[in-house]
Amino acid sequence: MAKLTVEIITGESIVYSKENVDLVEAPGADGSLGILPGHAKLVSLLASGEMKIRSEGNEEYFAVFGGFIEVMDNKVIILADSAERAGEIDLERVSQARDSAEAALRDRDEVVDIAEAETALRQAAIRERIGQRRRGSGS
Amino acid sequence: MPNPREIRRRVRSVKNMAQITRAMEMVAASKMRRAQDRVTSGRPYSERLREVLGDLASLQLDSEQLQEFPLLAQREVKKTALILITPDRGLAGALNSNILRRTVQYIRNESVDGRPQVIAVGKKGRDFAARTNQDLVAEFIRLGDRPGLNDIRPIAQIAIQEFLDGNVDAVHILYTQFVSTLSQTPVVLQLLPIERPEGSSDKAQDYIFEPNEKEVLNQLLPRYVEINLYQAVLENIASFYSAQMVAMRNATDNAKELSDDLSLAMNKARQAQITNEVAEIAAGANAFRT
Repeated sequence: MAKLTVEIITGESIVYSKENVDLVEAPGADGSLGILPGHAKLVSLLASGEMKIRSEGNEEYFAVFGGFIEVMDNKVIILADSAERAGEIDLERVSQARDSAEAALRDRDEVVDIAEAETALRQAAIRERIGQRRRGSGS
Repeated sequence: MPNPREIRRRVRSVKNMAQITRAMEMVAASKMRRAQDRVTSGRPYSERLREVLGDLASLQLDSEQLQEFPLLAQREVKKTALILITPDRGLAGALNSNILRRTVQYIRNESVDGRPQVIAVGKKGRDFAARTNQDLVAEFIRLGDRPGLNDIRPIAQIAIQEFLDGNVDAVHILYTQFVSTLSQTPVVLQLLPIERPEGSSDKAQDYIFEPNEKEVLNQLLPRYVEINLYQAVLENIASFYSAQMVAMRNATDNAKELSDDLSLAMNKARQAQITNEVAEIAAGANAFRT
């Protein structure tokens, strides 16, 4: 059976590149996208959220924040604004970031950019969830 | 006859200089390596994005649809803007004079009216624009050695805004392309309107777009502008450190040669002095004998 080739690329580097992938689950702008081999050609915006890649029985998780995904002829190219592998998420720093974002929102300090703080809070929540999932699955 | 002590002082100062240029060479070499890595690791993203855009290039857009994507709209060019990307510092051999020479050439021959808007990224370009009285609309200096996409975004926004407002009909970037450690060339690229890359034909027809074609392109096009600009800035940094390393290596070599020559001259002068003294003493002794 045909397999997928997957690349996750950000402006700074290639985060991930793999062949023989069975399934990609990505946070599309209009809801979650599940991509199997033989998927139709697709270009979609990405929301921020969790991405799952299954290959050879292993599952890997990533946090992605915005960007694009293109599927063409069993090639999946993810051009993310930012992407992190679950194992590389530093939970301690994430909870710090979450605390400071929450504090900023609570105090409604005039200097704080509310939208920015909300984004930071949302990103921290996503990172936390994905970082913890990796521990839960014990890999 | 030169005084040996004076020459010795010069030898010492030349050696000091060699030490400094040697240190600068090492610093530039290590920064160069990292800057080159960043250029090469940034390339896949822009290449892939260009590919995606190429895949979409065959989309049949009629003139009405083109109106929705003004970044693609070609119009008669009466006024241009130049994003001039230069290093902040000098001491990099001919790098800066090469890029400024190219700039003058651009202003004279390619800017249509000889007076483009200039967006200066980097101090050398800013100083040049101020000195020659260009129409400087914005400046971005001290972006540092590892700018992120977030540092680049405002530059892209200004360019896009000027283009959309109709103040300029084309935006070009001028930067030093990093070819290799020994070779960097100034190049001019068109940033806006976006020239659609050649795509593999009629592939785009059966694409699925989510949420829809318009949204996707409206996100993709500005991103394409940003990433092209980002890549140019990275190339500029890598070029700068490469050129600086080579320049400093040459300076170190020259200083070594000079100090060798001076040492030789010093020893000759010293020997001449000793010979002189011996001759004087011998002459004195001879005078007593007779």
